[in-house]
Amino acid sequence: MKHKTFFWFFLPTGLAMLLFIALPIVSVVIQSVYTPHEQVIIEVENCGPFGCTKATTVDNEATAALREAQPLGRFVGLDLYFNRGHLATQEIAASWSSSASIGEFFSDIFNLPFYRALAFTLTYTFVVTPLLIVLGFVIAVAVNNLSTWLKGPVIFFSLLPMIVTPLVGSLILFWMVDSRGVLGAALQYLANDPGLSLKSSTPLTWIMLMVYGVWSSAPFAFVVFYAGLQTLPQDTLESAMIDGATRWQRIRYVVIPHLMPLVTFVALIQLMDNFRVFEPVVGFKAEAHATTLSWIIFNDLGGETRLLSSAATTSVLTIIGIAILLLPVLVRTWRDFNAKT
Amino acid sequence: MTVGFGLALRPPTGEDLMKTVTKSIFAASLMLAGSQFAYMTPALADGHAKCAVESGRISIVGNEFPAIQTVGKGVMECAKDGVEVKTNLTADHQKINVAGMTGNPAEYTSAIVANSSIVALMNDDLIRPLDDLVAKFGGNLKPNQLVSVNGKVMAVAFMANAQHLVFRKDILEKAGLTPPKTYEEMIAGGKKIKEMGLLENPLGGPYAAGWNLAQEFVNMYIGHGGEFYKAGSAEVSINNEQGVAALDMLKQVASLSNPDYLTHDSNGTSAEWKAGNMAMMNMWGSRVEPLKSADGSTEEVAASTDIAGPMTVGGGSIPATTLWWDGFTISKNISDEDAEATFKAYMHAIRPDIIKDEEVSKQAVWLLDGYQPTDAAKGVFAAAQGGAKPYPMLPYHGLLHSALGAELPDYLQGKEDAAKTLADVEAAYNAAAKEQGFLN
Repeated sequence: MKHKTFFWFFLPTGLAMLLFIALPIVSVVIQSVYTPHEQVIIEVENCGPFGCTKATTVDNEATAALREAQPLGRFVGLDLYFNRGHLATQEIAASWSSSASIGEFFSDIFNLPFYRALAFTLTYTFVVTPLLIVLGFVIAVAVNNLSTWLKGPVIFFSLLPMIVTPLVGSLILFWMVDSRGVLGAALQYLANDPGLSLKSSTPLTWIMLMVYGVWSSAPFAFVVFYAGLQTLPQDTLESAMIDGATRWQRIRYVVIPHLMPLVTFVALIQLMDNFRVFEPVVGFKAEAHATTLSWIIFNDLGGETRLLSSAATTSVLTIIGIAILLLPVLVRTWRDFNAKT
Repeated sequence: MTVGFGLALRPPTGEDLMKTVTKSIFAASLMLAGSQFAYMTPALADGHAKCAVESGRISIVGNEFPAIQTVGKGVMECAKDGVEVKTNLTADHQKINVAGMTGNPAEYTSAIVANSSIVALMNDDLIRPLDDLVAKFGGNLKPNQLVSVNGKVMAVAFMANAQHLVFRKDILEKAGLTPPKTYEEMIAGGKKIKEMGLLENPLGGPYAAGWNLAQEFVNMYIGHGGEFYKAGSAEVSINNEQGVAALDMLKQVASLSNPDYLTHDSNGTSAEWKAGNMAMMNMWGSRVEPLKSADGSTEEVAASTDIAGPMTVGGGSIPATTLWWDGFTISKNISDEDAEATFKAYMHAIRPDIIKDEEVSKQAVWLLDGYQPTDAAKGVFAAAQGGAKPYPMLPYHGLLHSALGAELPDYLQGKEDAAKTLADVEAAYNAAAKEQGFLN
């Protein structure tokens, strides 16, 4: 393609990317290094239906003047990145020098909101992504072997978990795993423990969220792999059969290599998706046991007093996290690309 | 129609205080963002004869519980040629009111708020003093409806709310108990009910991690006589004897509650109650009416649900609860004409006449002239008479509330001791308060 043609071809996409991806990121970065002005607090008397009390309030006139002088707020540099709500460098240093054992040190770290969320987010990402790829693959191969008239309905039902909105799906499961719900009661019966409650135990809550994650995302992998299976080179398969390859050997040496580029694709998309896991935490009301980076952002934005700069900081850290996470996959894709050309 | 979606997840009886519920609904409404406009039905109805508004724009954002729906309907009656009226009543009002009032002219000419949520609007200087409007058009208002800060009226309250005791008469009778006056009595009673095998988890309350749990701590800490801040400053001080005692009492209640209590907000707790699994709880006054209906419950539970004043704790004399008002504010960034139109529309909507309707009078503890407390209001009245304190209306208290909601579950789950949890709360608060410029 000529450079000129390429330029005009790419321009609309480029502009959209600039506008909807690059600029918001720049804006988030700027917001994360500025915080609200120092508040001018005055003592006042508040009166209302329940009498009068001494209280404090923000002096709006003084604040307006400050705002006029510095519309963006106070520049704090990377302060927020290192405060307790985020990387918490001071707290970690203090714990390192004071804790008696490495176990105590780690329990201190996981007591900090950012690391606690990171721990769950990473565990979730690295458990759910491979599982859903395997499950998606198994479903795809199974469906591919069904007789034609069964395929349609089975594909439809296999896709259902993906069609259900994550929040609604997790709310439905939330009630089903309740200790008085269908699944919760069944588990109590199976475990022979009437006090068993998934929602009150941290490990069980983690497992529940991950099972939900696999359940809701496997259809995506399934659909992609199923499409890939339709392009299987029949010649190769047949020659493998003539060579006496077993069913398993055909899958291992023909099907899987053929689908490998799709595995990379699904892994890439799902790593990103799972790293920003959010809805299940809200739907399962799991915040007491499991928080995620996206949930922290949401929580900062939803509080009575919104912590906008803090939310911006966590957003930047999440973007960095996704970049690190995708690096190996991207490097691999780049290598494959170079090898082919 | 979109409202119906939210309601499907919860009984239609929320009140301004229930944040956690709104979280799920918030996400739901994000999905429905496209149909968000369905909330904002422009009024097409003919003007109501009694409403005195002649011209201007009225646009209200507020919560969606029944009493506020009544006020919203009243405001809508002011729509006519030359008067544009919109109401956007949604559980997510707090997530949109600041943004919607920041522009000039502001999208919303008014926000309906409570004593906690007015603070966010005042912090950003988004609402105007109402003294002149009250003087001109507020003839029907009682002095105690006026919420003033530093001598200026910033809001007009129309209803009050508080948490107080809700109990099952039949179960208490079977166990030979009287309604508890203190939390200690409630714990003893709960143990007895459990030992007698009447109920497995006799106690409960909205203890969901996050906003609800933090609210229970605020109640309990105030009940123990604690002060949240060093006098006159934003410096938090809760890591003390009262803080530890408050946490201990929360844990005692939790130990007699459904093990899933950290996921039970007001809706979850109400469902437990309606299922007949509980005998005593500390609950919002505005949530009691639905508990007395057999709909979704049994006659037995509905008929024996009764209320009493809030309990004290730790030998204190101040009830372990907080008093709340709901009222309206008016935007700063709008024309004086629109402000006047909005104020007059509210005066029409909350005219004392409205409580002559029996249904309306049961919806809330109205602060309007001529309101006769219904039976459902006795808990809130007992709270006020017992000397309960109002929820702190301080510019930085929202930050402490969030910090409490995030850190307290660790203690209740036995992951750390009370002093460590309280230290964590203080540290989380300090980080947030520094970011917001309340602390250096």
